[in-house]
Amino acid sequence: MFAPYLLDSWIVASLVALASGCAGFFVVVRRASFAAHALPMAAFPGAAAAALFGVGQVYGVTAAAFGGVGLLVWLKQRQRSDAATALVLVALLALGALFLSLSGRYADAVYALLFGQIFGAGAADVLPALALALLVPLVLLAGFRPLVLSALSPDLALVRGIQTGRVDMLFLAVLALAAGMALPVTGALLVFSLMIGPAGAACALARGPFAALALSVALALGLIWSALALSYLTDWPAGFFTGTLAAVLYVGARLIRR
Amino acid sequence: MFEGFFASQPVQNALLIGAAAALLSGVIGVFTVLRGQAFAGHALADVSSAGGALALLLGASPMLGFFGLGLAGALGLAQRGKGDGDLAAGILLGAGLGITALLLHFAVTLRGVAGAASSIMFGSLFATPPGIAWLALGGAVAGLALLIVLARPLLLASVDAELAATRGVNVRLVGGVYLVLLALAVTLSAMAVGAILSTALLIGPASAALRLARRPGVAIGLAALIGVGCCWGGVVLAYASYGWTPGHVWPVSFFITALVLLVYAASAWRTP
Repeated sequence: MFAPYLLDSWIVASLVALASGCAGFFVVVRRASFAAHALPMAAFPGAAAAALFGVGQVYGVTAAAFGGVGLLVWLKQRQRSDAATALVLVALLALGALFLSLSGRYADAVYALLFGQIFGAGAADVLPALALALLVPLVLLAGFRPLVLSALSPDLALVRGIQTGRVDMLFLAVLALAAGMALPVTGALLVFSLMIGPAGAACALARGPFAALALSVALALGLIWSALALSYLTDWPAGFFTGTLAAVLYVGARLIRR
Repeated sequence: MFEGFFASQPVQNALLIGAAAALLSGVIGVFTVLRGQAFAGHALADVSSAGGALALLLGASPMLGFFGLGLAGALGLAQRGKGDGDLAAGILLGAGLGITALLLHFAVTLRGVAGAASSIMFGSLFATPPGIAWLALGGAVAGLALLIVLARPLLLASVDAELAATRGVNVRLVGGVYLVLLALAVTLSAMAVGAILSTALLIGPASAALRLARRPGVAIGLAALIGVGCCWGGVVLAYASYGWTPGHVWPVSFFITALVLLVYAASAWRTP
């Protein structure tokens, strides 16, 4: 399980969990679960285009996720309905399907990008993952007060001179980085589980915000390590373990709280 | 280039299923949008993918699986409590998609179903057997017939449940029948464009029609028309795409989804 050729996968998965657990806490506090659902979908065509044009996946995914942020902000500014947003997301998924189809590796690539390829990481993926895993928590921690305050009490934030719009934008950009980084590992459909399962459980269990943040990261690491190990032992897809264990964590924490 | 178009058996099936899916989804979609359940319909489709994958694994038609799980999801939707809904729903959705991942994995490894993931998630309109195509059309016609009977009370219950109740409409019964029909519509759309894209057929034509038409009756007809137009247009474009990239057909669900988005954007442009 810890053979040298799998070492990169362990490292990248751990870094992804670090960033996702951290970002997930802010998603829960700021009630931004829709953005956490939408941004991986927006990143999907980027990953597919990278596969088609032979570019590094991290670049395609990051660019597309930033594009997704722009799209979300634009749709929100124009006060578009649920229907418009849902249609745009679905069209992005379809665009990804087109790119994958043209790349000629349709069947395999669809599965890998939707449900993840936890053992797919190579040595080249470690450095970008390390950079992102440092950047995402650093930015979020640096902006801890405005990020939390503008969500919990917009009025107070206004009094303190915090520009809510800018904070929101910055948060979405960081979330896009975290989502794009997680996509190749967990798959576009399960990024949400990795972000929200541990963070939702942590926020239900922990007392203070910093304890919740730390617990969220710890649970995310535990989740992704369990998924890796179980996937290796059973030869079942890691996405199955990520999705179901995240639900178990969340439901379990809610039951304990009750 | 279209000499063989109508003579081709896969094309005939694709046109049949596309029409069946677009008709029922377009009509049901109007009620879904009026009830403000656009995202619920989306979630339902995602969950139904697990049923489609299970059916593939068992060697049955995905149609049965989509419908079974779509129905279960629709009932869950009806039972859903208030508050904290987004997080919990998203987490459960993730668990469902995780199970889909496992079932698709087994369908490929144990049964050797090629392209299981792409056919369930993104549809396989051209690969559907003729028997299933006719079954789909039958289901759509039956669903539409039921809907015509129920149209007035359902419309009233969708717009204003309390008013409907005082007028003597059995809101629970009407809502239950609506959920069954919603599951059927999601099933047919999932057959046509795939589980995660089926929202396009459910929400797109209905939203565009509701922007363009003032009266609900007109909107329902228009939604069906737009849906069928987008589906058939997508089939034609996919057929034509064989000539653009020699020997390779572009995914038909891409064209259908793109056409739906275009029509919706055009309708939003006209009525800002």
